[in-house]
Amino acid sequence: MTPDATRDVNGDVTREEKVGVEHGAPAAAEPDWHRLSMRLIPVHLTWLVAPVVSGVGTLIGTGGRLNLQALLTIASFTVAFLIVAGINLTRVLTTGYRITEARLELRSGLLFRSRRSVPLERIRSADVTARPLHRLLGLATVNVGAAVHGASAARSLSLDGLTLPQAHALQQELLNGRAARLVRRSTAADRDEAVDPAEPPVPAPVAELSWTWLRYAPLTIWGVGGLLAVLGICYNTLHEMQIDPLKLGVVHQLVAAFTAVPLWVAVPALLLLVAALGTVVAVGQYVEGWYGYRLEREDGGVLRLRRGLWKHRSVSIEERRMRGLELVESLLLRWGGGARLYAVATGLGNVEENRTRGILVPPAPRAEALRVADELSPVRQASPVAARLTAHPGVARRRRINRGLAVVALVTAVVALPGIWVPQFLVAAGVVAAVLLPCAVWLGVDAYRALGHALVGDHLVARSGTFARRTVALQRTGVIGWTVSRSVFQRRSGLLTLTATTAAGRGAYRVRDVTLAEGLSLAEQAVPDLLTPFLERG
Amino acid sequence: MPHHEGPRLRPPHHRVERRAIAWWMVRAALIPVPTALVTGVLYLLIPPARFVFGPVFLVVALFALAYLTVMPLWRYRVHRWETTDHAVYTSSGWLWQHWRVAPLSRIQTVDTVRGPLEQLFGLSGIKVTTASASGALIIRGLDRGRAAEVVEHLTNATQATTGDAT
Repeated sequence: MTPDATRDVNGDVTREEKVGVEHGAPAAAEPDWHRLSMRLIPVHLTWLVAPVVSGVGTLIGTGGRLNLQALLTIASFTVAFLIVAGINLTRVLTTGYRITEARLELRSGLLFRSRRSVPLERIRSADVTARPLHRLLGLATVNVGAAVHGASAARSLSLDGLTLPQAHALQQELLNGRAARLVRRSTAADRDEAVDPAEPPVPAPVAELSWTWLRYAPLTIWGVGGLLAVLGICYNTLHEMQIDPLKLGVVHQLVAAFTAVPLWVAVPALLLLVAALGTVVAVGQYVEGWYGYRLEREDGGVLRLRRGLWKHRSVSIEERRMRGLELVESLLLRWGGGARLYAVATGLGNVEENRTRGILVPPAPRAEALRVADELSPVRQASPVAARLTAHPGVARRRRINRGLAVVALVTAVVALPGIWVPQFLVAAGVVAAVLLPCAVWLGVDAYRALGHALVGDHLVARSGTFARRTVALQRTGVIGWTVSRSVFQRRSGLLTLTATTAAGRGAYRVRDVTLAEGLSLAEQAVPDLLTPFLERG
Repeated sequence: MPHHEGPRLRPPHHRVERRAIAWWMVRAALIPVPTALVTGVLYLLIPPARFVFGPVFLVVALFALAYLTVMPLWRYRVHRWETTDHAVYTSSGWLWQHWRVAPLSRIQTVDTVRGPLEQLFGLSGIKVTTASASGALIIRGLDRGRAAEVVEHLTNATQATTGDAT
């Protein structure tokens, strides 16, 4: 695929970028450049700790006699880390930023000077993050999200190493100043109504952390999953160091003790242990991520979320970038009556960034998530995510159960295959099938029960999923296209999957397995005139 | 099970070029045909291993034959496109079929895409991106001249759009 001719339809975007590049020439009365904090220098000098420690460690380990190979290894190690530290230090010393009348300008680099400038109007978010080491020194990173097209779009604008007040001031200036400018423009006639950016707003929090929510922490996958990840990393690290963890004395004793007790005691005990450790890890994760959680609605229509124990995070989302909300109930959380709430907003970044930056409510009681959703809806009415939905046709249930049965058949077949030679496997396959069959049917029915859609006021609401039940309420004006998909099976049963494409969130939200007539009518009603010219009746 | 009481999607007006059938066929043949040939040659050259290469050759060859005859013709029946003053409308796929609509007011870029095989057949494709992260609308298998006209039309029609189309 060779792109042969690319035309940017949106002419003004490219133009603005070009202006940005040319903007380097200083005009009259331009503000001074701000620098990164010099306190960052010790942070980057920590890069040199690793080679020094490993060098000293090797010296002690070998009793002072270094062979050539060890010497070379340490030397290359040192050089590599020196280069990294050097690059970082150069960045600290040369990076500068300033806000002019209409743009945020960044400069950096010693040999390869780069200068970037973004129109303030295109800045959509400014997050302040402080990692533990940064927090120790009172520093923070500001990540600026901007809607800029072209080659530079992929690089996010990030200022690593501002002092905390500096960072918050910049964030305020970028967002509130921007909001004030918007207000100024819209109410140019009566200027006295314009928001005064100097006057600090007094926001009442939309939501705050309640420690009773901690009970939902064990219901997230972070517990056991995180535990396994930690064990995996430990094992790998030891393995890399040529130590077989299974041969360590401690492990040996544990294995011996484990095999000494009867299996019916050992297996539940082990499961209990894993569950207990998993719970501890999950609670730890929850506290680390959500300590000090506070969701605020600030003046100028900005949602601000602060959270984090060691690593501070402050995410801001402009409300006019919001295109809807998404309620996510993972299987365990759903059983416990909990849910998460996400923002569906443009300009948050890719799918992963949407997941980490778009989250508005951590695992919490479903009612609490819905309360926040209500409060965020523009007219403070019941949020559409809680709306009663239209069920999907029964064929959809059969499809889901069949899908489950197909998986069971596949797993059973794999287990049964060695049964050709070893008959015991046939018995095992029978047991597997007997256990999995009800599970598959139950999951199929559950997945069907999740299905639903509705048009509630300005929102298109769609729900699906069993392992993670997602209810999305998407503003109808946020829909920028439709995709109708039909597999062979869907065509045979008269179903279709309707996908609303949007610039916000994950970019596409699906209404799965509705009848042809229902799905097309839904699309037609949700966004009048878009699909209508391509429909026929009769 | 057709439900005749409700609305149905009508197919877009224009078919893609007939040459696209050959293009799809060649593109689809790139992997299975050499695989079949290699296993066939191995079958002939290594008599002791025939019990392996025989069945493999048969499976690959039958799969390739079915795939190469069914897929391109089926795709040709499905793949269609249309542009109006307000929207781009496409249909594509074969086992899984997709109908996509994007309003011109939400289009961000219009690209021409042409792979080496497409150039061989004098074909051209158009890629229409919107602000959605869920992928672009792509119309493949157009005549070169036709594709240029469509790009021209779309570019002009969307030039007037203000804002960033989100």
